[in-house]
Amino acid sequence: MYLSTITRPKTAGWKGVSANVFALGAVSLVTDVSSEMVTAVLPLYLVVGLQLSPAAYGLIDGVYTGATTLLRLVGGYLADRTDRRKGVAGFGYALSAVAKIGLLLAGSSTAALGAVITLDRAGKGLRTAPRDALITLSTPAGDLGRAFGVHRAMDGVGAFAGPLVALAVLALAGESFDSVFMTSFCIAALGVVILVLFVRDHRSPVASEPVRVKVIGGLWRDGGVRRVVLAASLLGLATIGDGFVYLLLQKREGLSIGWFPLLAVGTSLVYLLLAAPLGALADRVGRLPVMLGGYVALGAVYLLLFGPLGGWALVVVVVALYGVFYAATDGVLMALAGPLLPERLRTTGIALIQSGQALAYLGSSVLFGLAWQFWGPEAATRLAAGGVALTLAATVVLLGRRS
Amino acid sequence: MTTRLRLLITALVAVLLAGVAVGYSALSGSRPEEVASTAVSGPRLVVLSNGRLSTVSRSDPSGPREVTEQRCDRVYSAGGTTSCLRPVGAFKAGELAVLDAGLREVRTLPLTGFPNRTRVSASGRMVAWTLFVDGHSYAANGFSTSTGILDTRSGAVVTSLEEFTSTVDGAEVDAVDRNFWGVTFTADDNRFYATMSTGGHRYLMEGDFSARTLRSIADDVECPSLSPDGTRIAYKAAVNGDPQQGWRLSTMDLKTLAITPLAETRSVDDQPTWVDDRTIAYGIQRDDGINDVWTVPADGSGVPAVLVPEAASPAPIG
Repeated sequence: MYLSTITRPKTAGWKGVSANVFALGAVSLVTDVSSEMVTAVLPLYLVVGLQLSPAAYGLIDGVYTGATTLLRLVGGYLADRTDRRKGVAGFGYALSAVAKIGLLLAGSSTAALGAVITLDRAGKGLRTAPRDALITLSTPAGDLGRAFGVHRAMDGVGAFAGPLVALAVLALAGESFDSVFMTSFCIAALGVVILVLFVRDHRSPVASEPVRVKVIGGLWRDGGVRRVVLAASLLGLATIGDGFVYLLLQKREGLSIGWFPLLAVGTSLVYLLLAAPLGALADRVGRLPVMLGGYVALGAVYLLLFGPLGGWALVVVVVALYGVFYAATDGVLMALAGPLLPERLRTTGIALIQSGQALAYLGSSVLFGLAWQFWGPEAATRLAAGGVALTLAATVVLLGRRS
Repeated sequence: MTTRLRLLITALVAVLLAGVAVGYSALSGSRPEEVASTAVSGPRLVVLSNGRLSTVSRSDPSGPREVTEQRCDRVYSAGGTTSCLRPVGAFKAGELAVLDAGLREVRTLPLTGFPNRTRVSASGRMVAWTLFVDGHSYAANGFSTSTGILDTRSGAVVTSLEEFTSTVDGAEVDAVDRNFWGVTFTADDNRFYATMSTGGHRYLMEGDFSARTLRSIADDVECPSLSPDGTRIAYKAAVNGDPQQGWRLSTMDLKTLAITPLAETRSVDDQPTWVDDRTIAYGIQRDDGINDVWTVPADGSGVPAVLVPEAASPAPIG
């Protein structure tokens, strides 16, 4: 039954998107404002404000990305084991909120900063899988594309507003980074309050035998699950990272560093506008075709970075296509995966998929960095575009089969 | 709990948290940033105190400071010219500001990247800078750098030394992984020394500004600094050739290429400065992030000592 329902699910319309999905969307919106505020100013703060050496910055940045990956699995497993998805997600949100205060207290000690940033990312790692599992458990299978579309659109509003709020706080508070962190903490705390008050947990109806660690192995033996994890890893491999895409744009057009946050804001804008419509499209025409369309957009982004367009047209088209790629893949992948996973192991399964994607992404950004260094940026983006084409073909093979 | 009650609680919490954020920003924003400033004369050192261009007396370097309004991330002064790498602001890219002896702005140059090194030739004519270019945090060697030179007399600007023809042991090198940093000028305002990294090596290069060429002299030399008499360079060298293990300071005789390790045994990530022909100054960051300027004798003897506490980026003037 699995894959036939994935490619052409029955659809009920927007009414299938429940209040719980909107509540989770509101939590994500508020939390994303908070976290993107910090993300937008952190490199500036570390290198300019604290005068950390670039080596120290690189180390912190590495920890930043590494910390999320395995904690997703831990968070997913804990949520399934205790059957308390809201509790685990709430703990993750609270951890990230506390980390914002930690940034204020850490001063310029590299060790303390590393610990605080790890705490922040740990919170993100813990909360993502239980939150996505709650969305799938609160939505009929045929409307998952819409539900994730709505959630990711709200999430995108937060990511869009975050850097703008940070810039506004910096302007109003005399370029004080501490004010940005304090404001970020207050916004994150509000997100936790909304979660506690408005999000409903989803308890499994049958009190069955406890979930054990070996279920992860069991999930892996399920051919359908394994194919989605592999497809998610391919998605991770095809993604070289926002930093590189924006950097290449900046290099080609000679944009000043101040444009960096705005490129991210532009991508978020396209993402939030298209996430819900593309989610609905995925419910109607099938999730796989929409995902494949996302890959086409990504391949076009890589090719355009050294393509015929130039000037503002290039910036606008690349940012728009990059937003399309995110809108067509991020939530759609979760909508595609949700129904494949048994309800009791939904969170663990989602965590497995997201971990695969995150680890593959880590690898691909390192590989792209090396390719850039040894063959130059043009050859590296051509290679990346080739990688996208292979990914597209492999995804069709993996997910296009009907069982 | 009814929905209305939950909305009410949320609204109250939101107002409360907004109050905390605004209150905190208002209180922290009004913190006075005034620094005691006293006029200093005679032979002096230019330093940065808490990011502000300052001068101290060379005979009493830990004593009173003259603190100006100029904010720089890195500074150097020579021959009546001050080069100030202005910090990257939230709304503004960084820039190079060239100041005259009265600290009036003579010229500015917009720069993309994070300020790292700057130098002025002894006559005050040539200005060089090194920036870190963001975005390479996953590459094996971390950030990439960009180094440029300005001739203040002719107005000629070289935005990147990558434009010059580089040779290593006589063979031309145009690999894409080339990075340059740490320029120091000779007395003729044309030749200079700098570091070029490529393929895991960090070469000492001798450059010719008018001929637009660079040629290698030695390996494992970073951030050279030419002595006032022009015979030696002070520099940092990666321990065992591996920057991950830190850097040690040495001097090198440019005629014999003989190396003299200095008595400083801690890792130093700075372009050293000659206070005079016998003394090297450099910054070291404490655990709390504050820098001190230290000195050590140039002949390898003695022990390091703090020259200017809570300061960075030293340069001797008049």
